[in-house]
Amino acid sequence: MDTPILSPASTSVLPKEKSRSRWRRLIPTAADVFVLPYVLFLLAFGILPGVYALVLSFSSFANGTPQYFAAGLQNYVTAYTDFRFGTAFANVFQFLIISVPFGVIGVTAIALLIHARTGWFSDLMRTIYFLPGAVAGPTVVLLTLFMCDPQVSPFRGLFGLFHMQTIVDVIQPSHIPWLFTLMGFFVGAGGWIAIFYGGLQGISQELLEAAIIDGANGWQMAVWVKLPLIRRYVIYLFILTFAGNIQIFTEPQIISVSFSLFGFSTISPYWSPNQLSYYFAFNIGNFGAAAAISLLMVAIGLLGAMLVIRATGFFRTDAAAG
Amino acid sequence: MLRGTLSPSPAWYARLGYRRSVQRGNSLGPVGTLIRFFALLLCGIFFGLPLVWLILAPTKTDAQLTQNFPLSLGSLAKIGEDWQHLLSFDDGVIVQWSINSILYTLTTLVLALAVSLPAGYALATSRPRGRRIILSLTLVAMLLPISALVLPLFLEMNLIQLVNTPWSVILPTAFFPFGVYLAFIYYAVSLPKELLDAARIDGANEWQRFWHVGLPLSRPLLGLLAFLNFTATWNNYFLPFVMLQDTSVYNLPVGLQALMIGTPALHPTTSTNIPIHRAELALAGVLMVLPVAIVFLFSQRFVISGALTGSIKD
Repeated sequence: MDTPILSPASTSVLPKEKSRSRWRRLIPTAADVFVLPYVLFLLAFGILPGVYALVLSFSSFANGTPQYFAAGLQNYVTAYTDFRFGTAFANVFQFLIISVPFGVIGVTAIALLIHARTGWFSDLMRTIYFLPGAVAGPTVVLLTLFMCDPQVSPFRGLFGLFHMQTIVDVIQPSHIPWLFTLMGFFVGAGGWIAIFYGGLQGISQELLEAAIIDGANGWQMAVWVKLPLIRRYVIYLFILTFAGNIQIFTEPQIISVSFSLFGFSTISPYWSPNQLSYYFAFNIGNFGAAAAISLLMVAIGLLGAMLVIRATGFFRTDAAAG
Repeated sequence: MLRGTLSPSPAWYARLGYRRSVQRGNSLGPVGTLIRFFALLLCGIFFGLPLVWLILAPTKTDAQLTQNFPLSLGSLAKIGEDWQHLLSFDDGVIVQWSINSILYTLTTLVLALAVSLPAGYALATSRPRGRRIILSLTLVAMLLPISALVLPLFLEMNLIQLVNTPWSVILPTAFFPFGVYLAFIYYAVSLPKELLDAARIDGANEWQRFWHVGLPLSRPLLGLLAFLNFTATWNNYFLPFVMLQDTSVYNLPVGLQALMIGTPALHPTTSTNIPIHRAELALAGVLMVLPVAIVFLFSQRFVISGALTGSIKD
């Protein structure tokens, strides 16, 4: 091992540099210290839960306390062959088929419509769409239960058209995917419309003027000029909506608990996979099976993350930071 | 104006204000403009009507809610009664819930900013160890919905016996990878290297450069991060629902759910004396929504201008 040569008078350059960099590598730089608290959080709340879930999925909870690695693949078998597992994914799949196209097309269309003209009306509408983002979780469900009750809802005229008299008519199992779609759109669309609008604002005026000179009207410009330029936002929205909607938990959970007190069940306590995982953990006490399902959901989420990173080329911004 | 020329000059267009509207492709045609107007108006009703109803609901009695016009105003005094009824639930625990919500949200916000800002700054302006790995993991963590990790997080917290304490909610939410990523982008793109170099020449150490140069220049970033973190934490349901068992440590979202289940508001057939009906629940809902709605109103421009700087250039 070289002894550190610290004298600046030394004429031998290569050994001095090599040993100095080896010496320097042992001392944390200020940048390392800046990053350290975050890295600790990243490990503790990003990596560790995933690793712990992995360990748990191979553990047995038969005796109440966890016996790590005692269960082999039994938890996975239990979870994935459970009759509710397939149903949960079928429910979510049905929900995705409706909600993802609706969400992506809805947001894109509204953003383009708003951007077509300036003025106080556009700004006002954009703000109105943005505000429901402040509502979330149980409040959305509460609001939904009010809005879907033909007895109090301001939309009762609409329900009358469909011959729906009571809240039970509205919140039927077959309507559930549409209900969740509308709820999600109500809360989430406004924020995305604002982001899309920001992106549209970033399109250079020269490009738009060139299109006008070429004879494009507002509609053509939206479809053939603006839309291609924001296609990355659209892809990003698609993947995030897909990945996020698979993880749905709050809405079905609260509706399930609320309605079970009515004396009938509109929606089961294991309607979505995350609910099933929760059910395994807290109703049955089988944390191993719950972990097996959680891991699957994490894996699906990771897949979504990878797709976003590839589709939007996030790493290309890395070049900006020398 | 048209002397000697057959086509109008640009100055002529400008005088008519035509140029400005042409720049937006105002040529939707009269029918198109009308279609656009009504389409956007319908959307406005979809997004706006429920909130208007929610704000007006606490002013009406249950009977008025059912019989009167949905957007009618009842009596303002009713709001006071509703609040008294809410306070009667579990000895005024709703006040505790509100305090908890404020406490958790502010603590999480301060912690998240204190951890994320230096990290994003360092990742953008120097080469800390493991930079690429940290950035990759941050991206992945940022895009991974936390719902999938709630259960393992619960077991982890259980292991260190923090379950049912505020820290079980504050700490995981203070982990803010999206904040680090946004800070990284912001500092990489918007911080002039020359300023930092000048500070270094003047003898400032790393911390001084961050505190006196980097931080004061990052106000838009701070606004956006504070907004995102605040709204996520205030409305947080799944994590607190799993972590917190005693009603005294609930935050407002979990508390609201307890009100929805434990009172006759939505289940008229349950026989209890708790005077919490639809109007009271609506008031609780307004209480939850109002702070965030106000923050939203002031933060819309941050979202439009700041959210995805640098990542959308083709």
